[in-house]
Order: sequence, then structure tokens, then C-alpha cells
Amino acid sequence: MKRRKFIAQTAGASALVGLGGLSLNACSTLNRKHITILHTNDVHSHIDPFPTTHSRYANLGGVARRATLVEQIRYENPNTLLFDAGDIFQGTPYFNFYGGELEFKLMSKLNYDAATIGNHDFDNGVDGLLAQIPHGTFDLLSANYDFSKTVLDGFVKPYKTYQLDGLKIGVYGLGIALDGLVTKRLSKETIYNDPYEIALDMERLLKEEEQCDLIICLSHLGYEYENPQRPSDVLLAQRTYNTNLIIGGHTHTFLDKPEIRTNLNGASVLVNQVGAYGLNLGRIDFYFDEQHSISADGVSISV
Amino acid sequence: MNILKIKQIVSIITICILASCKNDPTQLSEVKGTIIPITESYTAVDSIEAYVAPYRNRINAVLDSTLAIVPKDLVLDDGERNTSMGNLLVDILLKETRPLFLKQTDKELDFAVFNRGGIRSIISAGNVTARNAYEVMPFENFIAVVELDGKAMRNLIDYLINSSRVHPIAGMQIVLDKNGNLESVNVNGSPFDENRNYYVATSDYLVQGGPSIGFFNDMVSVHDTGYLVRNAIIDYFKKVDTVTANVDNRFIQRK
Repeated sequence: MKRRKFIAQTAGASALVGLGGLSLNACSTLNRKHITILHTNDVHSHIDPFPTTHSRYANLGGVARRATLVEQIRYENPNTLLFDAGDIFQGTPYFNFYGGELEFKLMSKLNYDAATIGNHDFDNGVDGLLAQIPHGTFDLLSANYDFSKTVLDGFVKPYKTYQLDGLKIGVYGLGIALDGLVTKRLSKETIYNDPYEIALDMERLLKEEEQCDLIICLSHLGYEYENPQRPSDVLLAQRTYNTNLIIGGHTHTFLDKPEIRTNLNGASVLVNQVGAYGLNLGRIDFYFDEQHSISADGVSISV
Repeated sequence: MNILKIKQIVSIITICILASCKNDPTQLSEVKGTIIPITESYTAVDSIEAYVAPYRNRINAVLDSTLAIVPKDLVLDDGERNTSMGNLLVDILLKETRPLFLKQTDKELDFAVFNRGGIRSIISAGNVTARNAYEVMPFENFIAVVELDGKAMRNLIDYLINSSRVHPIAGMQIVLDKNGNLESVNVNGSPFDENRNYYVATSDYLVQGGPSIGFFNDMVSVHDTGYLVRNAIIDYFKKVDTVTANVDNRFIQRK
């Protein structure tokens, strides 16, 4: 209501200046849409801030502080989504004692919208992950893990779409190869499928069938590897057509700022990862204008 | 200008805007990205702090309650080929796994081996708590029992002898002559017999790591006990009043 009143007052005041150019100018500014995407990765059960005596991360992080920041940003822009790119579990006694219950409950209190599944989220097995699902109000998204022969069948979605301010946002999840990272005893009959192929399927579906205006990948593949055979976020960005943003995890990569790569359409893709342990929050703001008001390659990116 | 007139003008402008903006803004035009450090400048949300407090208090109460007494420091650098802290850990592994393995498989465990890098902390003299066990073994590694044939045993022994790090062993004695050549190996009280298979308790980390880690190149079979290394340590602390371990002659080189 406040905002509407402000617009009305502005319009009224401008009207006194002159009706001439107003209707033309007003269009692009008043009718602009703004979506904010917030994200974390590899929080690894770090609920409390690091102790003040910690040699590297003294007094940083903490979920109750993150809550304040998220609240501030949601107040600024109600059209905000909050995601996590996996490895929610493992790293403090909170996980050993409560099996991830508190992590899921707190993420729900912060209104996380979705998370993908990291290798450590299997640390108490598929049964251990299933046990925490009732404590979460957010979705678990993974398109390349096939859980159909496990107890998680039906509890993990490949993708989800969100309607915000008349825009449709599609989000899909990708997980890392389990071999060598997760024992069979934990992952049971989970099948890992090629993330590149699945990503192409997902973005085609989200673009063409779901008609999404914005496509986001939550990835636990890892940022970049020396071995080019290992799937990574940087390579994924260059091998897809319509994914606008890749929110990464696994490698605990502390980027200074989101990285920009070029996709198969020659367009820019943002790849971001915010280290680990809830030390940082990633924030990506997307602005949408009318079709005719900008040129084809006119997306301006500032990081 | 009266209210009515303003209202009229606003309506006219609104119509103009609607007319000129018949296309919905769906074209991505601008992206801004930042990474925001979570510092103390963001005040904690009280309701979240209050929600976490009982969980935290219970953890602290459990982790900090005394389970046993440690009369002298258990460290990782007090011996050349074996150390007090290494011996403690691998002795616990052997003691706690032997009855479990017998119950699960009806087979006799022969010895235990652990990797030096997997022991993440020493234990100082004083009260020992579950927190010590978390510090020593923060990882969720399970105890696995690996079956090795004579050749794989020889590979493992060679690896232990040639390693620059002091990997702890229990239930096995390795004696080197003064030149560092193998003099004798005893397993579970008897001389090493290359014609039979042996069962060794270890961390599943060393099993999953495979040949790249060096311990086990060929495994005849692997049995997953489902028992966490850390839980074995805590269970041991609960059973005993004092926790002691010493450098001994389980792995020595003659002078």
C-alpha cells in the first residue's frame, strides 16, 4: 500500500510539471520488475557464529544473523527467493546429536524456498535425510539423482517454478557423482545421472513448456576442477542454453564476486558460490523491462 | 488545485501508462550480483537465538560431562614408530570391534590399523569428555573390517614400514632390524602366515580411498560394521575409569 501511495503522489506531482513526456518515461521506470535471489551453500551444520578465538573466521557467520540480513532484503524487495546449494548437514555436533533436524527447522524459519542435495546430506543415509523432511517447509530439488528405488521416492522434485510479480522463475537441482564420496550403505539405490544431459532437459522444459522468464540451477557439482572430465559449474554454464544463474556448492569456493561465463547461445550466465559454513550470503538482483525497450543483447551485468 | 482535480489527472496518467505499457516487462535487462559477509553488524534475530538455545545447552551438557580421567598427556610425537595417542585409538578400535565383528559374522578379528592423518587431535591430561572424542575424530567414519590375503598383507606391511607418517597398529607386531629391513611380523599372537587370510579393523575412509591411499590394494572382502569410530571411542571412555596408553614395542626398529 505504501508503495502505491508513493507512486500516486509522484505521478500527481509530476503532472504539475507537464503531461508531455511523462507517459513515455513513466513506462520503463514504473513498470520495471525486480526479482532478488539469495543463496547459501555448504553451511555444514554451522548454526552458531564461529568463536571469537577462531584463527580464520572469528565471530563470522551464524544463522540468527543471517536471518536479520534475509529479513532486511525481503523487506526491501518482497519478490525474493532464498536457496541453498547442498551440504546442509555435517560439521558440528548439532548434526551428530540431532541428525539435521535443527538445520531443517531453522532453514524453514528463514523461509528458504528450496535446496539441492549435497553428498554430505547422505551422511545419515537416504533414511536419515527422509527423517528430516517433515521438519522442512522448503523443497528438495534434484534432477539428476534418481531416487525412485529408495525411500526418498516422491520426496525430491527435479525442479520447481515460482510466480513472482507476474514473472515465472524455474529452478532445478543437480548433484555430484556419488562414487567415492558416498558409500552404498548410505545412498542405497540412488542413481546418479549425467548432469549436463539432465541440465539440457531441464532448461528446455522450463523454457519451452513452463515458459519461465528466469532459469536457475542449484548445483552441488563443484565450481571448477583441473580435470575437465569432472562436471563443474563453470563447464555447465558453457554447455547450457537458457540457464541464467548457477548457484554452486561442494568445493567451498570463496569467490570475490559472482563469475560471468558465456553459454551456447552466446549469452551471459552468472556462476556464484559463497564459500561455506554460512559465512556469506549470495545476492543476485534481476531486473526485467519491456521487450521493446531494450536491445537483444542488452542485459547489463554488474558484479 | 482541489483533490478531485488531482484524482482526475492521476486517472488520465494511469490510462496513458496502461496504454503505453501494454507489454508486460518480461525481458531481462539488468543483473547485479554481490556476496555479503555475515558479520556481527547483523544483530541476531532473538527468536532464532532462543530457539537454538535448548539444543545447544543439551549438546554442551553431554559433550562436557566427564567420562574418565587421563593421567598423562596422550600425544602423537612421543615415539618413533608408535605413539601413545595413536596406540590408544587403534587399541580402542581393536577392543571395541572384536566382539561386534564376532557377533555380526562369527569370525575372529586379527588386528587393527588406522591412518595417522585421521587422528585430528591429542588428548591432554585431565578429565576426558565426549568432546575429546569429537576433536580426535570429527568425521563420520565407520569401522570397516577388511579381509586380506597374504599378498595384500605383505603390501600393507610394506606400506606401513615405508610410510613417512606413523600409522598406528594394534594386534600386530612389526620388528625391523637396525638397517630398517623387516625382521619379524606377528599377527594376533602368531607369526605372520602368508598362506592364510586376515581380518583387519580400520576406518571406512581407507577402504573407500582404495589404492590411491596406499593401505589396501586388494581386498578379498569388506564388512561394514555400521559402528562409528567416534562412538567406539566414546563407548570405551564410558567403560574405563582411567584412560592410559604408552609407546611400546608393537612397531620398533632395532638400534
